[in-house]
Amino acid sequence: MITAAKSWGFPDAREIWAFRELLVILTLRDIKVRYKQTLIGILWAVIQPVVSMVVFTLIFGKIGKLPSNGLPYAAFVLAALLPWQLFAKALTQGSLSMVAMGPIMSKTYFPRLIAPLSSVLSGAVDFAIGVAILLCVMAWYGIMPGWQVLLAPCFAVLALAAAFSVSLWLSAINAEFRDVQFALPFVTQIWMILTPVLYPTSVVPEQWRWLFTLNPMVSAIEGFRWSLLGGVAPDPLTLVVSSIMTLLLLIFGLVYFARFEKSFVDRL
Amino acid sequence: MSNSPSVKVSHVGKRYRLGGLEPYRTLRDKIMNIARGQNGDARQEQIWALKDVSFEVKQGEVLGIIGRNGAGKSTLLKLLSRITTPDTGSIELEGRVGALLEVGTGFHPELSGRENIYMNGAILGMSRRDIDRKFDEIVAFSGVESFLDTPVKRYSSGMRVRLGFAVAAHLEPEILVIDEVLAVGDAEFQRKCLGRMNQVATEGRTVLFVSHQMEAVQSLCSRAIWLDQGGVVEEGFPDVVIPNYLTRSMSKVSTVDLAKRSDRTGDGLFQVCSIKIDDGFGRALRTGSPARFIVSIDSKKAVHNIAHAAMRLVVRDKMDRIVTSLGNEVTGQEIVLQEGRTQAVCHLEKLPLVPGSYLLDFAVRTNGTLHDKLFCAATFDILAGDFHGVGKGEHLGLFHLEQQWTLK
Repeated sequence: MITAAKSWGFPDAREIWAFRELLVILTLRDIKVRYKQTLIGILWAVIQPVVSMVVFTLIFGKIGKLPSNGLPYAAFVLAALLPWQLFAKALTQGSLSMVAMGPIMSKTYFPRLIAPLSSVLSGAVDFAIGVAILLCVMAWYGIMPGWQVLLAPCFAVLALAAAFSVSLWLSAINAEFRDVQFALPFVTQIWMILTPVLYPTSVVPEQWRWLFTLNPMVSAIEGFRWSLLGGVAPDPLTLVVSSIMTLLLLIFGLVYFARFEKSFVDRL
Repeated sequence: MSNSPSVKVSHVGKRYRLGGLEPYRTLRDKIMNIARGQNGDARQEQIWALKDVSFEVKQGEVLGIIGRNGAGKSTLLKLLSRITTPDTGSIELEGRVGALLEVGTGFHPELSGRENIYMNGAILGMSRRDIDRKFDEIVAFSGVESFLDTPVKRYSSGMRVRLGFAVAAHLEPEILVIDEVLAVGDAEFQRKCLGRMNQVATEGRTVLFVSHQMEAVQSLCSRAIWLDQGGVVEEGFPDVVIPNYLTRSMSKVSTVDLAKRSDRTGDGLFQVCSIKIDDGFGRALRTGSPARFIVSIDSKKAVHNIAHAAMRLVVRDKMDRIVTSLGNEVTGQEIVLQEGRTQAVCHLEKLPLVPGSYLLDFAVRTNGTLHDKLFCAATFDILAGDFHGVGKGEHLGLFHLEQQWTLK
């Protein structure tokens, strides 16, 4: 039954489940295609985090002398860069996904949510490679992860969920206003500065902490770093606030998306 | 074939903002509009691409949707395939819908043919198991076996189309929505596609089929619906609806003023101003029935000597092959052009051409001097008819020949 439904609601989860194979295929496509026709291929997934780590370590660790909770700065920054890049790529790809897949969507039907979902998931391979590099760096510095390493996936999922939630909004807005794609690089850059990637939360003045922790990525980054390297555990209250923030973003994002997806093709 | 409706369209309307069809608006535009105190949306002109359209399609029926460009056919298909939603009314669909609005939707140039079969299949709603099961069939149908592991960007456009159609042809939803996919590929492949469509249509699936090729609609569909300006004009048997549609669109063609065409060659002493094509009674042409071509020619300057003209109509088919030519020089009949307007009539007792769409080129000369030559001066369709007077025959090749069969 297709009607001129203008009601609010969630995307149909059963339908998305029915299209799970398409989700897998689109995700694999993004992964396969990413490094096609490059000379060194998947090595880019290694070079990107390694070069960032070296540059940041030189500038902020050696010259800027930022504190790093007593950890080697290289490991400290890499353990945060990985979930951050996972988040930033997912956010960027997810936000552009609807417009990128517009030509396909105007020719066939599938649950539109598949587009941002597959874009967000396709960053997982790069992330896995990054984690392998991090393990090497940890071995170099002789850092052994504790029991909390088991929690690492939860923090990665938190980062992905945050990226997915925000890209639900941005992908919809981008369909009508391409301003989004120009604003995205700045948004991610500024967001990174507001997130403890290059510095620990402890450098943030006490009176601004509460505002700082509204950013859901604070817990994701601090938590991921802690789960692998140990050191300062994330504040439980902050973690709860971050999770609730992400959940709220996700719920409102899904509702907004569900309303928007029906007329998406007409807005392109 | 059961009697339950498989598709039920009730009072469906779809509205488009004319402004909304622009590539994209920026946030700034919207803010500026609000700042000026204008509501951007209300100000924009709206058009109804479809208005109050209702019809039913029974299970197993093959419905042809015809109409000229802009009649709302594509919009209707987009609504049926859930790509977009209607603004009014509702559509009920009994079963899974597969939409073939384009060949090779979602093909990625960097991926191999094999990967793209799975990609395209999944986008069209096939499960991995379905594709696995039909993989060999799809590959055989496409004829690109030896290039399966080559990236699709290295394919010729013909190969891409064949691969795309091969996947689409093996889609097995309960309801199939098809838009002009047949209008691609070479003649050989088109025949193969038509054959496959025929097979699909006889498998008891419900098919909704949009085409400009009346021939295809006539041979594939059990019912036809004629859309114009967003509404249903007529619905019924293709043999009834198509001639009515063609007669109407033909009368529109004949009102097109050829005199306004500037892409002509010749000295312009005489110029064709209209070519009217019918069966002698104002109806569409049919194979095996009479045909009449009425050519109106104006003399542009004062003509003192009455001129003996040689006129020629070259008939081309949609593959751009010259099928035949008609001319009074060939028959040795005299046509005299006068000052002002002359109307010359070419009458065929029994049209031998097979059903399809045709083009006409026109040229007129006197004493070997070319006065006017116009490529594609008119287009016309020929419907399936009974050339040999034995009930509906098949139409293989380009034309029929009178023939007698006896025992020696």
